Amino acid sequence: MIENNNQKYQQLEKASKTKNTIYRWILFLILAVFAAYYIAPLYVMIVTSFKTMAEIRQGNLFALPNDLNLESWYVAWNGQGFAAGDVFLKTYFWNSAKMVLPAVIISTIMGAINGYALTKWRFKGDSYIFLLFLFGTFIPYQSILLPMSRTLGFMGISNSIFGLILVHVIYGLCFTTLFCRNYYVSISDEIVKAARIDGAGFFKIFFKIMLPISAPILVVTVIWQFTQIWNDFLFGATFTFGKEAPIQVALNNMVLTSSSVKRYNVDMAAAIIAGFPTLIVYVLAGKYFIRGLTAGSVKG
Amino acid sequence: MKKIIAIFAMVLAPTFSYAGSSAEVLHWWTSGGEAKALKVLKDDFAAKGGAWTDMPVAGGGGDAAMQTLKARIVANDAPAAAQIKGPTIQAYDREGVVAPYNIDAVAKAEGWDKLLSKQVASHMKCDDGKAYCAAPVNIHRIDWFWANKKVLDSNGIKMPKSWDEFNAAADKLQAKGIIPLAHGSQPWQDATVFEAVALGIGGNDFYRKAFVEADAATLGGPVMVKIFDQMRKLKNYTDPGSPGRDWNVATAMVMEGKAGFQIMGDWAKGEFAAAGLNPDVDYYCGTTPSDNGYLYNVDSFIFFKVEGQDKVEGQKLLASLMMGQDFQKVFNIYKGSIPARLDVPMDDFDICAKKSNKDLNTAAKKGGLLPSFAHGMTLELGVKGAIQDVVTEHFNSDMSSQDAVTKLSAAVMAAS
Amino acid sequence: MFWLKRNLPRIVIAPSFGVIAWFVYGFIFWTIYVSFTKSKLLPQYQFWGLDQYYRLWSMPRWHIAVENLFIFTILFIILCVLIGIILAILLDQKIRAEGFLRTIYLYPMALSFIVTGTAWRWMLNPTLGLEKFAQDLGFSSFTFDWLVTPGMSIYTIVIAGVWQSSGFIMAIFLAGLRSIDDEIIKAAKIDGAGLISLYTKIILPMMRPVFMSAIVILVHLAIKSYDLVIALTAGGPGISSDMPAVFMTQMAFHRSEIGLASASAIMMFLTVSAIVVPYLYSELKREDDRK
Repeated sequence: MIENNNQKYQQLEKASKTKNTIYRWILFLILAVFAAYYIAPLYVMIVTSFKTMAEIRQGNLFALPNDLNLESWYVAWNGQGFAAGDVFLKTYFWNSAKMVLPAVIISTIMGAINGYALTKWRFKGDSYIFLLFLFGTFIPYQSILLPMSRTLGFMGISNSIFGLILVHVIYGLCFTTLFCRNYYVSISDEIVKAARIDGAGFFKIFFKIMLPISAPILVVTVIWQFTQIWNDFLFGATFTFGKEAPIQVALNNMVLTSSSVKRYNVDMAAAIIAGFPTLIVYVLAGKYFIRGLTAGSVKG
Repeated sequence: MKKIIAIFAMVLAPTFSYAGSSAEVLHWWTSGGEAKALKVLKDDFAAKGGAWTDMPVAGGGGDAAMQTLKARIVANDAPAAAQIKGPTIQAYDREGVVAPYNIDAVAKAEGWDKLLSKQVASHMKCDDGKAYCAAPVNIHRIDWFWANKKVLDSNGIKMPKSWDEFNAAADKLQAKGIIPLAHGSQPWQDATVFEAVALGIGGNDFYRKAFVEADAATLGGPVMVKIFDQMRKLKNYTDPGSPGRDWNVATAMVMEGKAGFQIMGDWAKGEFAAAGLNPDVDYYCGTTPSDNGYLYNVDSFIFFKVEGQDKVEGQKLLASLMMGQDFQKVFNIYKGSIPARLDVPMDDFDICAKKSNKDLNTAAKKGGLLPSFAHGMTLELGVKGAIQDVVTEHFNSDMSSQDAVTKLSAAVMAAS
Repeated sequence: MFWLKRNLPRIVIAPSFGVIAWFVYGFIFWTIYVSFTKSKLLPQYQFWGLDQYYRLWSMPRWHIAVENLFIFTILFIILCVLIGIILAILLDQKIRAEGFLRTIYLYPMALSFIVTGTAWRWMLNPTLGLEKFAQDLGFSSFTFDWLVTPGMSIYTIVIAGVWQSSGFIMAIFLAGLRSIDDEIIKAAKIDGAGLISLYTKIILPMMRPVFMSAIVILVHLAIKSYDLVIALTAGGPGISSDMPAVFMTQMAFHRSEIGLASASAIMMFLTVSAIVVPYLYSELKREDDRK
């Protein structure tokens, strides 16, 4: 029966081949138009960062630079050499790295354990608890800044990277739990049941059975958290100060600076530098991202 | 794993500094002349053995910085000094986060009452004017015209002495295909232009009634309609790309001769200076038409209540340095403003600054020395914001002047 | 010991639950309380009543913000889902350059709002960007000045927002398509289903759960669309593209109206709850019933 169907299917495929060629062209055209829509801003940013200010003022937005002018990249990274109030990205880049690593790791681990507990060890009211987590993703962050800083002040970690890590872990938890729960819910309960009959406990099952098959969703969670935390400006600007500020605050200071002549090439170079780590993650790990999503995270 | 532990250690290691005095300074001066000026202060501070921590948060005229500041205060961890001005200084005092006025002793010892004009000093005092709690660094003037000399000269235009003259000049430029008014239509820039127009058309007493006393009858009166009429004219003198444009981009349009005039505070001068241009050679600075009016904007730093002797010492040192003669001179040459301190020699300043200084004294005598509302020197922030909303909404739509006036008085009623 | 074992899952959840209870729900209650006070520059706790809500709804600017939120959210979700589905279906046709195209579609999600805003402000600026580009090419009558036109600027925020998020939605739908059993598709084709009816009648209905994830993420992004607005229009021209999140931030931190800001936060929150909670609840219920 199946073989018969396969034959029939191949015939069908063949018959529609000519029609397909036309379709393919239309298809490629649509995909290309969208690709242009998505790529245009990045293209503009990159070419602008290599132009001189004179070229930017006179020239065309999409024109290629006359030659590769690297000065703006240097200025964006190292600053202009003022001793005070200078804006550059160098040190802040590493601040962000210091903050993002622990925050991503902790929130991902907690999310995985929560997701596992909520799906494989179901208890009364677990759906409601999950709903509470889910709803937490909708809180407008501006409204929690003041009570948050009071709490941080009370805990004595106001104004430290540690406090910032805590904030990111807390508000990331809602997402990591959501992702991991949706992944684990699609994994057969039988494995866990079998292991429980064999006498394995909560953590043993988690580390020995669940974690090894969680790679796809952990990739998704880590990418999401990394992007969110790296790109955060609001918490960074509110809960840290001076030299400890994360990169988006430095970028903001650079791009939104209120005086002096605007140097668009430096702005664009800085923007690309600040977006570089996340861009790389998406380009290199994009494949695993889709794979991870496919593996079940999006199944409700 | 070791690496992760190392990173944790790096993150968690507290940073101690054992200097005798320390200060954390929150500001939004991040580049160009401001940064250079700030370096002077920082170096002075370090030379006296202090440990300086910079907290620059740029953007939106301090919007982002306000988030940081409020978060810090609510966490009981206020910075030593923050760039706060106008009635907001006294508002913070009423919230009880400024007393016991650590810098008052310094101010009294150095005789700030004699070094500052009464008007400026009154902005710096808390506790019903009994104690100094803030230090002024400059006086900006708002009501300026900045004009491209070549454009004006070649079209036979003189710096306008009345708003009618300005309109005539603008019509002439527009006919030649030159943008008459370089403007970035952001709410604060619209309000900046608006207050200059209000001062000119309404006069000094009108301005005081409307924007210092928030008098409902004045805000809803017929003079206000005329002011909005002039705003509509000005809107038609701007180019289509104006909404959202940064002020310094607008200044660049004047420099390049794409536009004739700009109405902006004297920080615009810093842009001309940075481009190597000189007043009366490359550009004109003139005041917008008014009856000896002078809209001032005093940048100042408030000194909050802080814990720890080193921080208190840091505040005292900082306040003293900010009021230093030398600092006030160097800082203001970079910044485009004039010193807040009265006894700073003006010899090294340019002609625009000298004019500003002279006009200030005249205006003070004739009752035209008035606080800028657009820059938060008068009115509660909520009321100021409500006025600004109406001004910018009118400027960026086809709302009639009468509607704008009606909205204005309603908005101010609701906000106060 | 037995008790511990029995309750271990609850104990494991407890810290996270506690954290969420305090830092999400505790803070919501704090905000509710502050919205009933006269708080101005800093929060204060003397009860004042409902006045902040009366003030809020009497402000024309708030009405503009709410209206914009609805325009933005509806268009943003519809466009993202539509573009996401179309791109996912097209990419699923065994395209050779799939990896490359997918990366292009997905990368905007990696960029922060400052970067996105800076880039799009350039593109949409009539004197520098696309309009000038088209005019330089010879289309002298081409105008594209939404960014500076009151009433239209909100749509530029939609354009940039869709640009940033639709790729991610594409990824989610692509993943959904990939997890559908090939045999089902084959069987449908044999039964003579055309390409369009194959998708509309069979495949998309199967992806119901995918819609849930997509909508949760999109609503979340739409409500928090503070960053994008600030970076692109800052609420302008005038206040025509104001949004509730911008309104709230302005009131709380720049206008010293913390009470009023809290009231607006609560209004936002109530709106979200009214829309999202019933939906989420019913989805979870379905899931439970399936078990």
